[in-house]
Amino acid sequence: MANQVNDPIVVSKNLCKSYNSQLVVNRLNIEIEEGCFLGILGPNGAGKTTTLRILIGHCLMDSGSLNILGLPMPEKASEIRAMVGVVPQMDNLDSDFTVRENLMVYGGYFQIKKSVLKNRIIELLKFASLEDKADSKINELSGGMRRRLTIARALINSPKILLLDEPTTGLDPQARQSIWQKLRELKQQGMTLILTTHYMEEAERLCDRVMVMDHGEVLADAAPKKLVKDEIEPHVLEIYEAEADLIEDVKNKADFTRYEKSGDIHFFYGEKLQNSLEIVERSSHDDYIFRPANLEDVFLKLTGRDLRE
Amino acid sequence: MNKVHKILMRSLSVWQRNIKVWSKLAGPSLLGNFGEPFLYLLVLGYGLGRFVGEIDGVSYMAFLASGVVCTSAVNSASFEGMYSAYTRMDVQQTWLGMISTPVNVADVVCGEILWGATKSFISVVAILLVSSVLGLVNGFWALLVLPVAFLTGLCFSSMALLVTSKAKSYDYFLYYTTLVITPMVLLSGVFFPINTLPEVVQGIAKCLPLYHAISLVRPLMIGGEMQLVILHIGVLIVFTAVSTILAVRQIQKRLIN
Repeated sequence: MANQVNDPIVVSKNLCKSYNSQLVVNRLNIEIEEGCFLGILGPNGAGKTTTLRILIGHCLMDSGSLNILGLPMPEKASEIRAMVGVVPQMDNLDSDFTVRENLMVYGGYFQIKKSVLKNRIIELLKFASLEDKADSKINELSGGMRRRLTIARALINSPKILLLDEPTTGLDPQARQSIWQKLRELKQQGMTLILTTHYMEEAERLCDRVMVMDHGEVLADAAPKKLVKDEIEPHVLEIYEAEADLIEDVKNKADFTRYEKSGDIHFFYGEKLQNSLEIVERSSHDDYIFRPANLEDVFLKLTGRDLRE
Repeated sequence: MNKVHKILMRSLSVWQRNIKVWSKLAGPSLLGNFGEPFLYLLVLGYGLGRFVGEIDGVSYMAFLASGVVCTSAVNSASFEGMYSAYTRMDVQQTWLGMISTPVNVADVVCGEILWGATKSFISVVAILLVSSVLGLVNGFWALLVLPVAFLTGLCFSSMALLVTSKAKSYDYFLYYTTLVITPMVLLSGVFFPINTLPEVVQGIAKCLPLYHAISLVRPLMIGGEMQLVILHIGVLIVFTAVSTILAVRQIQKRLIN
């Protein structure tokens, strides 16, 4: 009773799931606290979507246990989903209906009373900035509007937890910014949010906790700033299309701790990289960047630079 | 009881969604419901009726009307359970949206079956009206055709959903319509009484649900003695129950994996 606010509302123990003898989720142990904004990062096929699907009972685990809001999954899947909102990766709004009807019909699946639903829809249309579009057909909406409607739809039952599977994939920067703003509002209201994404910037800006997954395993799990601080060198020198001699010179100075090459880009990671930087500055080569390390560097260090299909 | 109530309410929310979509396009849909049987009865009844004369003491058109009632119930439910349901399951992912709420796969399947039966009911109401206008209906007993049509709809929409659970594309449904539905319609006594057929074929027809639907509908529409009522209803219920259970299981496998 004492520590109620910080009690985890999602607890998984040794969750495993495999398809055709390939492990997609491997001994997943997570605890998510109420009010947390968790970002799950990982390359394609890392197990992010499968994890989300397990959380709503769309995927049955092979072993392990899962408890959400005090109820066991999958035994109480329906009761759990009554308290959860889901924003799927693929748009599945009802194209036969208008914006308002979409919310109305979706509310019906939760058995929400008509009178309550009417007010809720007014609130949600406002939240999603879709008041002017209430009676528009879905195919008249832009990509950003559809996403906002999908989020509004997921909020129809005033959920305690909101799950979002790559909510901003394919959106232009303006639309993305506006989605971020909405999600931050929800976070401020105390909602627990769990989001998967490919965008480091998204995770860095929104999440107070980031989980990096690959091959079904959690490789790192901490606040984004802490991840950058703990998992990687503070600075990066990126040199593009340089002469082999220049790269050799920098390498000989050896004030970097790690070197990587990807195509014609050379990455030097290190504490200050003063000597390396001096060499490049003195040379005639001007195609380089010196910058603080970020979440993407952590991500690439943990999951490698190999292409995933 | 509470659990059954919940399942019913959730299935009804799925049913409500479908009827809401239907009501937006009710005009053309109803035109089809009224127009098609009208044309069939008039053209086949008049044209063929001249050569056929009477069957079992009634005009061919009247005989045909009860057949058209049943095939229409079969076709409405089957089409809804195949093409429309597949669209919602796969193309538009409507079902995936539904099961992201308290609605379970079983609720979706039950809601869809109820909806398919509702479509059968609507089309049969239209045919009954057309038949009465043409003077092909023998009294108020014909109103009992409506619950039979609903049951027939439940039966064929659950069978169609079972087919849909295995479908990879729309083309897949041609197997079922060509190999199951069409032969069944031809052999179950829609266009002619089946006692003219070889005994083996009669035997096969009697194992299929459509024969039993017609056996109930025909005496209700044209008069005559109702026989083996419990058996006919029982067969329709068994087909419905078995295919519903199998459809739920298969669609569960397909969506939850």
